Amino acid sequence: MFDVERWQEIFETIGKNKLRTFLTGLSVASGIFILVILLGFSSGIQKGVKSQFEQDATNRVAVRTRVTTKSYKGLNPGRRIQLRNDDFTEINNKYDEQLEYKTAIYNMWGSQITFKGETGNYRLEGANPDQQFIENASLVSGRFLSQDDMDETRKVAIIGNIIKKDLFKGKDPIGEIISIFGVNFKVVGVYTDPGGAREEGRVFVPLPTAQIAFSGGDRVRSLAYTVKMSDDFDEAVALSAALSENLEQDIKSKHLIAPDDRGAVRINNTLEEAKKIYSLIDIIRNVFWFIGIGTIIAGVVGVSNIMLIIVKERTKEIGIRKAIGALPGSIIGLILQESIFITSIAGFIGLFLGVGLLQIVSPLVDNDFIKSPQVDFNTAITTVFILIFSGALAGYIPARRAANIKPIDALRDE
Amino acid sequence: MIEISDLHKSYHMGSNSLHVLKGIDFSVQEGEMVSIMGSSGSGKSTLLNILGMLDEADQGSYTLDGKHIKNLNEKVAAKYRNQFLGFIFQSFNLINYKSALDNVAMPLYYQGVKRAERMEKAHHYLEKVGLANWATHLPSELSGGQKQRVAIARALASDPKVLLADEPTGALDTKTSYEVMELIQQINDEGKTILVVTHEDDIAHMTKRIVNLKDGLIIDDTLVTQVRADEARRKAEAHV
Repeated sequence: MFDVERWQEIFETIGKNKLRTFLTGLSVASGIFILVILLGFSSGIQKGVKSQFEQDATNRVAVRTRVTTKSYKGLNPGRRIQLRNDDFTEINNKYDEQLEYKTAIYNMWGSQITFKGETGNYRLEGANPDQQFIENASLVSGRFLSQDDMDETRKVAIIGNIIKKDLFKGKDPIGEIISIFGVNFKVVGVYTDPGGAREEGRVFVPLPTAQIAFSGGDRVRSLAYTVKMSDDFDEAVALSAALSENLEQDIKSKHLIAPDDRGAVRINNTLEEAKKIYSLIDIIRNVFWFIGIGTIIAGVVGVSNIMLIIVKERTKEIGIRKAIGALPGSIIGLILQESIFITSIAGFIGLFLGVGLLQIVSPLVDNDFIKSPQVDFNTAITTVFILIFSGALAGYIPARRAANIKPIDALRDE
Repeated sequence: MIEISDLHKSYHMGSNSLHVLKGIDFSVQEGEMVSIMGSSGSGKSTLLNILGMLDEADQGSYTLDGKHIKNLNEKVAAKYRNQFLGFIFQSFNLINYKSALDNVAMPLYYQGVKRAERMEKAHHYLEKVGLANWATHLPSELSGGQKQRVAIARALASDPKVLLADEPTGALDTKTSYEVMELIQQINDEGKTILVVTHEDDIAHMTKRIVNLKDGLIIDDTLVTQVRADEARRKAEAHV
């Protein structure tokens, strides 16, 4: 491998056939180039979709109720199902071991919020302190809801970043009083949400406060939980699916809903959704790999072809070498090394061009589902191994043929 | 040095089979210089190929320097060729993108000799054939006679037991032929065993023994008085 003489010979043959080597290299380089671009974009899609899920905790399970669509036990369809505080506490007690964060939500759309003459319509959500983690919200300033807020039904509000911008015009909202439908609340915190503007246009207040202030009684709109995560993703998906199933059954039997009524209770299991999308991403990535590898194979066949021609052209020379004592192994080594050298150099050029292009394009990509397409180190290493392997593969058949040349046939020149 | 008995060889071409060697018994002592003669198709090249381990006999035994040459795999054959034999071909068979020096050094490379030593030895042999000044030239820059000298230097480089020359003067004019033969005679004078395949009478008479082949059999094997190539050359020049 580190034989100077052999490298000299390789450079000599390459030097004599510049165009041929260039064309061969081009096919390998473009193969690797395409593979890298494809892989970059598949990882971009992966990141983009992941960020879509980041707006809420990935292990979130949400329960909503609507109107029954089927008659059951003498009850007519069209009955509105209302969740109440006791539904929340019952579920909490029953599934305490499996649940991580819990909140019930009493919400009001288009709540009119006023601060010193500035008015806007936002979504109000009466919630529990756990809401922060379920919504994946992080605090910009101040604090989130606390248990004391709940117990003392304090009139405090956590506002989203957008509301801060809209109403406070850059002033610090902490400690200020806002009016929601004429009821005064003290702002104690500002949050931001990876979900963006849509998720940040909300006001969180303690659940009991909302129920009292806006005559909600013990009614809640929805329940939201996060499931305790297990280390194994598939296991976590199974657990949260089983939990969703149980919750649905419990609510159905409690509220006298037909077991096959699909509309009355809606369980939104983010983890299961995520799994579907992730498996879709897996498929996309596999397809991209498949296409990329296919392109490389085309390149490798090209190299193999060229090496066969080289062997053919050098038949006589190889015959001479064998006549004066070259071992078959040294002939195989010569051809193999040349082939690996050409594929590697060309492949690295393709790799660098691909990575370079991704670096340039990456910041320019502005799409919800593709985020900074790039190849990571592992992928790059993998492609390098693919390169060396394919070089060896491309050289193997021609090298075998070269080794099998009989000197007597090669030297029969007349 | 060389001992063969009852050597048979046939070639199969489709359904036809051609019996080329039909039982050759032949031996060569160390230091001999033997020419193998015969018309084309007599089997002389086949015999040389078998002696050179480039081809294998169907039947019969072959002993070279006390070693039985039989059922060789490629690796062993390559090793033996490298150790025991030096080849000189009619068409020189130099590697055309390598300098004269690199060509001569090639068998040493395959023997695993280190680069510096290899170059020194190669230079020594180039000097011996009188081409020290041409070391860096490519074969394409050399005349036919010079090419054959480089080939001879290459054949000598691995210090083989036997030199096998297949029509070494076949591509050269008379004057150059005699010069090359003069070199080969000198090498023989130093004790090297040499086999020359030729169909030219004058060249054959420059060896010490002529073996005549016809239709795959030795029909004649006689010791001759060696004609010195330098004298022959002088005589030829005088004629002109």
